[in-house]
Amino acid sequence: MSDKRKIKIHVEDLTLIFGKRKQEALKLLQQGVSKDEILKKTKCTVGVNKANLEIKEREIFVIMGLSGSGKSTLIRCLNRLNEPTAGKVYFDNHDITRETNKELLETRRTKMSMVFQKFGLLPHHTILENAAFGLEIRGEEKAKREARAIQALETVGLRGYEAQYPSELSGGMQQRVGLARALANDPEVLLMDEAFSALDPLIKSDMQDELLQIQNKLHKTIVFITHDLDEAIKIGDRIAIMKDGVVEQIGTAEEILNNPASEYVEAFVEKVDRKTIITAESLMFKKFTFAEISKEGPKSIIRKMRTGSLDVLPIVDSNKKFLGYVWLKDVLKLEKEKETSVSKVLKDEVPSVYTTYTVEDMLPLITGIKYPLAVVDEESGKLLGIVSQTSLIIEATRFEKADIIELKEKANEI
Amino acid sequence: MEKLIDIGKYIEIGINALEQNFSGLWRAIDDIISWTVDSINDLFLAIPFYVIIILVTIGAYYAQAGKDAITKEGIKKAAGLTAFVILGLFLVWAMGYWKEAVQTTTLVIVSTVIALVFGIPLGIWTARSNMANAIIRPILDLMQTMPAFVYLIPAIFFFSVGNTPGVIATVIFSLPPAVRLTSLGIRNVPSDVIEAGRAYGSTEKQILFKIQLPLAKTTILAGINQVILLALSMVVIASMVGAKGLGSIVYQGIQQNNIAKGFEAGLGIVVLAIILDRITQSIAKK
Repeated sequence: MSDKRKIKIHVEDLTLIFGKRKQEALKLLQQGVSKDEILKKTKCTVGVNKANLEIKEREIFVIMGLSGSGKSTLIRCLNRLNEPTAGKVYFDNHDITRETNKELLETRRTKMSMVFQKFGLLPHHTILENAAFGLEIRGEEKAKREARAIQALETVGLRGYEAQYPSELSGGMQQRVGLARALANDPEVLLMDEAFSALDPLIKSDMQDELLQIQNKLHKTIVFITHDLDEAIKIGDRIAIMKDGVVEQIGTAEEILNNPASEYVEAFVEKVDRKTIITAESLMFKKFTFAEISKEGPKSIIRKMRTGSLDVLPIVDSNKKFLGYVWLKDVLKLEKEKETSVSKVLKDEVPSVYTTYTVEDMLPLITGIKYPLAVVDEESGKLLGIVSQTSLIIEATRFEKADIIELKEKANEI
Repeated sequence: MEKLIDIGKYIEIGINALEQNFSGLWRAIDDIISWTVDSINDLFLAIPFYVIIILVTIGAYYAQAGKDAITKEGIKKAAGLTAFVILGLFLVWAMGYWKEAVQTTTLVIVSTVIALVFGIPLGIWTARSNMANAIIRPILDLMQTMPAFVYLIPAIFFFSVGNTPGVIATVIFSLPPAVRLTSLGIRNVPSDVIEAGRAYGSTEKQILFKIQLPLAKTTILAGINQVILLALSMVVIASMVGAKGLGSIVYQGIQQNNIAKGFEAGLGIVVLAIILDRITQSIAKK
C-alpha cells in the first residue's frame, strides 16, 4: 500500500561536514578516506555521509541512531538549520538546498514545522502565544493566529492552559505546547527531533499514542528522530538506522528485525521484544500441503498425508477458502466406509488468523490445540499459509529448533 | 630616564588635531548637551520640592510593590523603601541642598540616556558578532581600568569647563556595563529557543526583537542599574571640571577644609544613590 504514495522528501547523497576546511574534507571523503583520517588531516568532522532517503507522503519516517550518529544533523539539513556541504534535498521535487534565503524562510514558515527535544518554548510568552508563535512570525493577524492556536491546543489536549506560562507546566505538557505550535502552522511536514526523549517513560508512551492518534486524523508527513528503538518500532511506518553519519538500513520494523543489514543493526535489534513485531505473514509456511474438498476424496488425501507424514491436513473449497482440518485417523475410517467426501469429519471450529497477527496475538490461540494455525486473507478468506506451533515457540523464546528438542528430551527423562 | 617611546605626545597631537579640525562638531555637541541639562534643571526646579518628593515616592512604591500595589501585600513589601524616599529627600531639602541634588540627578539622567543609546546597540553588536566582540571588549577594559580623572583632561580640552565635559566623561566611564551586560544577556539566551525561532522562519530582526532582547531583559536592566550608579559616582568627580551639583559642594568642602559641608553633600549623594539603585533594581526584577 505504501509504495503507491508520492515521495514527499527525497534526500540524495546528502553530506555535511563540520569544520573550516570543508571542501578539502569533502574531496578526501569522496576518495574514500575514512572519517578518522579526515579528522586528522583537516580537523573536520563528517556529520552526515552520503545519506539517501525517500520519505513518502503521510508516513511516519523514523531516523534512529545513537548519539553522534548524525541523525539530528541530518534532520536539520531538511530545513537547512544545518547547511549541507554537498547533496540535495528535494521537497516535492523542488530542491531546498538551492533556495534563496527568502524562499527558505517561506518554506520554514509554511511547509515544515519542527518539534525539539528541549521544547524551545519562549519563557516570557503564554501557552497561547507560544502555540501561535509560528503564525506570528509568518505575520498572521492576532485574532486569526489565536483562533488557530486554540484549535491546535485543543488537538493536543491543552485547552484551558492558554494563559499560563511554560514554566508552570510539566515536561510532557510543555512538549504538547511544542507540538501545538507545530500543528498551528498546518505544515505539510513535521520534523520531530528527539521530541519525546526528554520525557519520563510513562509520559513518553502517552505522547507516542497521542502522536499516532493525531496522525490518524491529520495525515502529515512526519520525520521523527529517536535513539530509542522501541519508540522507532512503535511509531515508525519505516525506519532508517544511522551509524557514524551513514544510513545503514531502511525498512519497516519487521524487515529490519528479520534481515539486519549489518552487525551494527543486528546488535541494535537483538534486545527488541520481537513478539509484538513479527507477524504471521513472515512466520507462515507458504508451501504447504492442503486438499480441496470438492476434488479430493479420502483416498488421495490419505496419500497426501502419508507422503508428507502429516497427522492433520487443511481443507479448502474451490476458491481456496479455508474450511477446516481433517485428521488422518478420521479419514482412514471414512475410507473403510467407502465415503467419497471428507466433509463428515471436517473440523471447522478451529482458529485462523490474518497476516497482520503478531506472535503475541497468536501465542494464546495455540494453547490446547494440536494443529497449526491457518493464515487467511482478510477479505476473501483464502488460505495463505500455516504457522506451526514450533515456529511460534521458537520465535517467542528465541531458542533454536535443536535447543527445543534437547529441552524436551531432558524434560522427558525427569 | 629619558623617554624611549612618547605615547603621551602622540595622543596629545591626535587630540589637538581632533579639537582643531572638528571644532564645529564639538561646539554643536556642547550646545545640545548644555541646553538639555539646563532645560531639565529648569523644569525640575520650577516644580515645588514637595511635589517632586510625592511623585518620586509614588514611583518608588509602584516599582517596588508591582502587581500588589493596591493590596496589603504591596504595602508590606514597599513600606521600607517608601519611608526611606520620603525621609531621605526631605533631609536633602532640609540640609539646603535641594537645587544641587536636582542638578546631580539631571546629569545622571542625561549621561545614562546617552550611555544607553550607545551602549545597548554596541552590546547587541558584540553579542552577534565575534569580530565586534574581539575589538570592543579590550576597549571596554581600557575604559573601565583607566582612572576616571584621566577622561576629564580631554573633556575640558574639547568643551572647556561646565556640565558638558562632566557629562562626556561620565558617559565614557559608565558605558561599559551597558555594553557588557546587554551582550551577556543576549549570549545567554538558550540556543534551543533561538533554533526554534529559526526553524519557524524568523528573520534575524525577528530573532533579535522577539526572542533575544525579551529574554535578555533582566540582564540588560541589571546593566542599566550599573550604568546609573557609575554615572552617579562619576558626576561627583566631574565637579572638578565645573559640573554643577552635590559633587561641587563636596569639592568645595575639600578645598575649604569644611568637614560639615563635605559630609552633608556626601550624605545627599548616598540618599540619591540608594533611591536610584532600589527603584531600578525593583524594575529589573520584574
